[in-house]
Amino acid sequence: MNVLTDNFALYGKGFLGTVELTVYASLLALVLGFLMASCRVSPVGSFRALGTAWVTVLRNTPLTLLFFAVLLGLPRFGLVLPFQLFAVLALGCYTSAFICEALRSGINTVPLGQGEAARSLGMTFGQTLTTVVLPQAFRSVIPPVGSTLIALAKNSAIAGAFSVTELLGTYKTLNELGYSVIWSFVWIALGYLIITLTISALFHALEKRWGVAR
Amino acid sequence: MLRTSTKRALVTAALALLAVACGKEGSPPVKGPRPDQLPHYQVAPGFSLPESATWEKAKRRGHLIVGAKEDQPYMGEKDPASGRYSGFDIEIAKMISASLGFDPASVQFRTIASANRETALQNGQIDYYVGTYTINDKRKKLVGFAGPYYLAGQSLLVRTDENDIKGPKDLAGKRVCSAAGSTPYQRIESDHPEADLVAYDTYSVCVDNLLTYQVDAVTTDDTILMGYAAKVPDEMKVVGTPFSKEPYGIGVPRPDNALRFAIDDALAAREKNGDWQKAYDVTLGLSGRKATPAPPIDRYPAS
Amino acid sequence: MSRALFTESTALYDIPGPKTQRRHLMYGIASTVLLLGLVGWVVYLLFHTDQFTAAKWTPFQYKGIQELLLRGLANTLKAFAYAAVLSLALGALLAVGRLSEHRPLRWIAGLCVEFFRAMPVLVMIFFIFVALKVQPLPALVAGLTLYNGSVLAEVFRTGVNSVDRGQREAAYALGMRKTQVMTHVLVPQAVRAMLPTIISQLVVALKDTSLGYLITYEEFLHAGKLIASNLDYDLPFIPVVLVISPIYIGMCMLLSWFANWVARRQRRNPKTEAVDIGPAEAGTLLPGGRQ
Repeated sequence: MNVLTDNFALYGKGFLGTVELTVYASLLALVLGFLMASCRVSPVGSFRALGTAWVTVLRNTPLTLLFFAVLLGLPRFGLVLPFQLFAVLALGCYTSAFICEALRSGINTVPLGQGEAARSLGMTFGQTLTTVVLPQAFRSVIPPVGSTLIALAKNSAIAGAFSVTELLGTYKTLNELGYSVIWSFVWIALGYLIITLTISALFHALEKRWGVAR
Repeated sequence: MLRTSTKRALVTAALALLAVACGKEGSPPVKGPRPDQLPHYQVAPGFSLPESATWEKAKRRGHLIVGAKEDQPYMGEKDPASGRYSGFDIEIAKMISASLGFDPASVQFRTIASANRETALQNGQIDYYVGTYTINDKRKKLVGFAGPYYLAGQSLLVRTDENDIKGPKDLAGKRVCSAAGSTPYQRIESDHPEADLVAYDTYSVCVDNLLTYQVDAVTTDDTILMGYAAKVPDEMKVVGTPFSKEPYGIGVPRPDNALRFAIDDALAAREKNGDWQKAYDVTLGLSGRKATPAPPIDRYPAS
Repeated sequence: MSRALFTESTALYDIPGPKTQRRHLMYGIASTVLLLGLVGWVVYLLFHTDQFTAAKWTPFQYKGIQELLLRGLANTLKAFAYAAVLSLALGALLAVGRLSEHRPLRWIAGLCVEFFRAMPVLVMIFFIFVALKVQPLPALVAGLTLYNGSVLAEVFRTGVNSVDRGQREAAYALGMRKTQVMTHVLVPQAVRAMLPTIISQLVVALKDTSLGYLITYEEFLHAGKLIASNLDYDLPFIPVVLVISPIYIGMCMLLSWFANWVARRQRRNPKTEAVDIGPAEAGTLLPGGRQ
């Protein structure tokens, strides 16, 4: 018990580190994922090829390897960035591939007739996209995007194994200070549960508000 | 399932074929202690230590299993190609093996990360541990310490073109790298909060960051830093006087006091007959630095 | 090239006319040039920062280094094989628990599944490794098994539940007991239909074996790092990444491709007709995505 009270500041720092990492990486993943999903449904062949290559390669890359390459490889190009940013980059790129697939299948769930009907009403491409296709796609992608972001929060633990500014990383310091390892881990686990359950609740609320009635 | 395993087997076979087809014998050239220069340690004939459970187990096995580090040049380093370990810590482990009646060439080394040293000793994965293991009271509650066999101290490693950093006082606003959660890291954190600390899981990543201008200094025990500096003296140097005292001990299972005292005796004897100095000269001594005299051995009573 | 592929309209746009096709071709050419430029720039950077010097690549010529990498690869595959078999076993066990008629059993199995899916797999691996003082390989395998086994339990359960209700009812009507209904009617159909999902989950297990690197299990990435962080070889990080990532990605792609192939075959298979699986991605919100 006193592991938590004695090291509340350390845990707090680690917890905030994980939250920060999760939020920034999520934003990057959502933006990149959206771009790549647009590429994958675009009528231009080379865009589609780029999107497919991005998704195929990143989905089949172990995240540890990606961290290894980004963390130790990019500096070799003379790219000097703080560690946190590298971690966001690796996590964001990795997750963007999964977000892309979720969005793409969301767009694919919109029936063909909807677009055709919109066009026959004389709507432009922009109108079709923003008022007909995307709102419907958005509803059906809430659950898969939610589980992808939960996975991202869990994957941020890998960053903790490389550096300290993260929840899992705190165990190293606590271990060195001689605290009970089991209790350190109990509190670390609780921290992760809080984060994943928050995201889960958030997306449940989103789904309730906008989701498709099933 | 069958299909995947067949495929996997095919891929592995193809890779193996590729490797065998174009593999060069021997190993890439390395700097470091030359095998032919290493001293030879006299094996103590008829040595016996029946009151030590660890020794008895090793006797039945026929050799010792020793925990070490694999990424610290001139201290404990594993050659990727040959899998051979070399360095000062390795030599210490070998001379103790000889004193305990086991052929030093038969010692089986096993890489144990810093965080798992106590665990490895407690659950009997290794017989003893030699790898920049600082003796302190907290660790004494978990493991036994023979020695110390060397007195190291925290120091700073910088690039050769760096002239502003001469000691820990010059670290304000500089990016300093150390291993996550380690004692050197915590010391800088509490004593020099003005420094911008960066942590990685191993020192080799810190050194890599130093060479790629990601950080301005690497801090940990001078022994480790000297080893790195000695590998690429044109690019890195150790600066300042050590600002801590780190007596290195040999970790043994805590209940095994007989083994601890036997290793204490062995160290004392090896320091006296010059083997210790010889081992230093062919390893850390190559970095051009004189050995700090070995501190007196601490035979604390069994508790 | 867009002409051949896009002869059908989608929800987003109509079949392009001749003018649009020309415009798309222009976009295609422009973006291809841009991408090639980017690739060229990266290659230039690689050369510029001396990543192709002899010192960085010669280590790979030696047998010792190649054997080190192959040993690492073998260790990765070993961990994967153990984790795959044990996760399937654990998954089956937990699924049986969740489908059981005894409430406490169902409850315990459900709790296990939910907890292990909500925990980061790395936290479990570290807990087993550091707190329970287990050796690297068993710690890695145990962590992967707990996580993937729990996810697979859900996969099995969904599979069994999505078999057409008539099948179960017909079997009971024939006088079969619950075990018989399960083993003779529901499970064979469920497993066949869920096979692609199961294999995809195994890809996750294969990818996650690389976490062993973080607990000093001497797997493929660990071997790579040992070479990459050696000052004598001029710290060949980039060459190591260039060598090991195609092998890693290739292995995972092979397995993913196999999953897709099975999925395509299943779609034409009359034996899975009675199983109604929802669209592959649009699942409910689970605290454990398939990654």
